Amino acid sequence: MTPLMTRLLPYPLLTAALLLMWLLLNGFSLGHVVLGAIVALFASHAMTALQPSKPRLRRWDKIPRLVWLVMLDILRSNIAVAGIILRGGRRQGKPGFVAIPLALRDQTALAVLACIITSTPGTAWIEHRSDNGQLLIHVLDIVDEQLWVDQIKLYEALLQEIFE
Amino acid sequence: MSGAAGLPVWVALIVAGFLLLGAGLTFLGALGMLRLKTFYERVHAPTLGTTWGAGAILIASIIHFSVLGSRLALHEILITAFVLVTTPVTLMLLARAALYRDRAEDNQHVPPRLKGDNPARDAH
Repeated sequence: MTPLMTRLLPYPLLTAALLLMWLLLNGFSLGHVVLGAIVALFASHAMTALQPSKPRLRRWDKIPRLVWLVMLDILRSNIAVAGIILRGGRRQGKPGFVAIPLALRDQTALAVLACIITSTPGTAWIEHRSDNGQLLIHVLDIVDEQLWVDQIKLYEALLQEIFE
Repeated sequence: MSGAAGLPVWVALIVAGFLLLGAGLTFLGALGMLRLKTFYERVHAPTLGTTWGAGAILIASIIHFSVLGSRLALHEILITAFVLVTTPVTLMLLARAALYRDRAEDNQHVPPRLKGDNPARDAH
């Protein structure tokens, strides 16, 4: 892109996504395309003040696999956690914290991983050190700690392929 | 409820099934808030409602309005995206605040601060 284009559209993907969201919410018409475009331009300019790191997607083709894996895991842990609640909190293992060393460094990838881990019932992202990649998660039902480490490592490997 | 009567029975059954599943999971999530003992355990309960609880209700909504043909069911995709992005942030903030407080009060059941390579960050 030319420098002028970069200045007008600092985050072209974000601008496009905002315009799309505007049209989905308000219905498609010429007036809304113009209004949505104005809102999207202003909002994406506001983002420059935050100076987020620009995510680079290296492997688009791996994203469906990640989404599928996350949906299955979330479905499985929904059933597991629902079972624990129905039994009044009784379970095989016990709740506790698990420390996991991460090699993942890309900020966007870490944000995605944090959302995945916290969205999944039974695991929650608690603390992360950005300098050495130490991660602390809370797990509702620990039977074998290594199983949880392996699962997070699986996500980490996929995210590294997609983002790094 | 406009035109719900025009829904074929088998579609209505699928929609009702997904609605019950979603409502049931959301209810269990709420029940978990009551039943689980510690704060860190309770953080896990509402995610039942925000993942497949909301998901199943949204699937029911997509099927219902797509079959009736009143509109293209795309609002649900937006709702999914918003819920998936916003709830983990809230839960993480709550858990971190709880951890900060527990450490400040020297509670023994929480792990100590993670050690970093940069000692200057640990000093305070």
